[in-house]
Amino acid sequence: MRKFDTKVQHLKYKVLREVARLAWEDALLENLIDIPKKLVPGNEPTMRCCVYKERAILGERVKIAMGGDTDNKNIIEVIEIACDECPVGGYEVTNACRGCLAHRCEDVCKFGAISFDKDHVAHIDKSKCKECGACAKVCPYTAIVGRKRPCQNACKVKAISMNEQKAATVDNDKCIQCGACVYQCPFGAIMDKSFIVNAIDILKKGEKNCKDGKYKVYAIVAPSISSQFSYAKLGQVVTGLNRLGFNDVIEAALGADMVAMSESRELAEKGVLTSSCCPAFVEYVKSAFPNLEGHISHNLSPMAMLAKYVKTITPNAKVIFIGPCTAKKAEAQLESVKPYVDTVLTFEELQALFDSRDIDIATLEEGVLDNASYFGRIFARSGGLTSAVEQAIKEQGIDFEVKPVICDGIEACRMALLKLNKGVLDGNFIEGMACVGGCIGGAGCLTHGEKSKAEVDKYGEEALEKTISATISILK
Amino acid sequence: MKITVCIGSSCHIKGSRQVVERLQELIGESGVGEKVELGGSFCMGNCQKGVCVAIGEEVYSVTPNDVDEFFEKEVLQRI
Repeated sequence: MRKFDTKVQHLKYKVLREVARLAWEDALLENLIDIPKKLVPGNEPTMRCCVYKERAILGERVKIAMGGDTDNKNIIEVIEIACDECPVGGYEVTNACRGCLAHRCEDVCKFGAISFDKDHVAHIDKSKCKECGACAKVCPYTAIVGRKRPCQNACKVKAISMNEQKAATVDNDKCIQCGACVYQCPFGAIMDKSFIVNAIDILKKGEKNCKDGKYKVYAIVAPSISSQFSYAKLGQVVTGLNRLGFNDVIEAALGADMVAMSESRELAEKGVLTSSCCPAFVEYVKSAFPNLEGHISHNLSPMAMLAKYVKTITPNAKVIFIGPCTAKKAEAQLESVKPYVDTVLTFEELQALFDSRDIDIATLEEGVLDNASYFGRIFARSGGLTSAVEQAIKEQGIDFEVKPVICDGIEACRMALLKLNKGVLDGNFIEGMACVGGCIGGAGCLTHGEKSKAEVDKYGEEALEKTISATISILK
Repeated sequence: MKITVCIGSSCHIKGSRQVVERLQELIGESGVGEKVELGGSFCMGNCQKGVCVAIGEEVYSVTPNDVDEFFEKEVLQRI
């Protein structure tokens, strides 16, 4: 049974699970100080130089598992003592350089940063190098390599640098909270704040867990869940959620169907539009291309749209969104979303939540999950949103030709936004997804795999409703 | 009168969309639109009885095939 991609995720999970266990028992405050020793008993270090450092880092992880630094509004936090201060060499010539005669590296360098010693071996002048990587690309021996910290490499919006202590530091004005660095840091030194304790508090006081409970608790689950919990069936995950105390589990894909319907009308009306489903993408447009903000769709995200509907029909309801996304945690704190979404969990956190209650989902009977159409469900992967918007245009008989620009990952988003900014975009609808692959590539996923897209499509095809209009007709 | 139809997953699969559509038609045809309010709810916790339809607090088990009967017996009778 393989639950995670990496050991770092597993470590993070163990902390979350312990915190969650104590939170269910109302014993967190008295016992949280013992968690590090419980996870690292004995005197033999297994991860760091000594058990004391290991425990100190775990202490920091406990803090973040409980909501983290409240003075820092960013969902993404660096654990400075966990940062291994990886070397940052930039581009370097390795000893694979044969001292050839062609000197392609020199010719391609626009900054005059390459020189040669008497043996024709290349050298890079760091003061001139802009780290464009052109030399590395042209070297016939691949003798030039770029050494970048994994976190900096993961952060395509360039929000990560290093501080005087050489630890990673995040520029909160640039950070879009996508979590790429969280997933990529091999030392687990960057973490997303967790609201698992809030979620437990909501569940504990709900109708199902408390006889005086006065409200229902709903789980809105992202469609990327179809590529997760691969050791169990989706229906078993649903039953597990019911056991935790949720009154019902609803597909966020139903919100996606709602979004597709109104976004298609907005597109036809305005002529040029970007999607607004991905909170990291929306944040990126606002921070990096503020003059394009007007092009962002005014729709709430599928999560918020559906949560709003749930709260409209069910007084006092509480809504917890469960998905692959760290940026959703930030979205839920926006004034426009706060009234609808009470808290957000990732799939990683859901695994910890199940295990904190010793719920082995693989042994449960299968529940049912069917609220959305094929089109709502495929929002989870790159290109799905566009298909849904095109379908919605068709179903409503709108006379408009969608020319989509499907941006898979934040770098592709940047290229499209640059073009839109200059008025040279060949298209009228930007599907912006910060994570490569779409939501199935999200930082809060348990596993990221080649098969994820196929799993989402398969799950989409299993939907009872075949059209968007039929799916949302029930909501009126 | 408030009629609430369960649109949770289990009832959805058993045909709550058809039940909602038929109820809308029947309400329209019988001209009781001003007296009857039709609404939805996610899981009502009675999945085995689905499609669950509640009038006030009382929950009835309705299928797409017997909506007409339910409407006549339980709804029209009370208006």
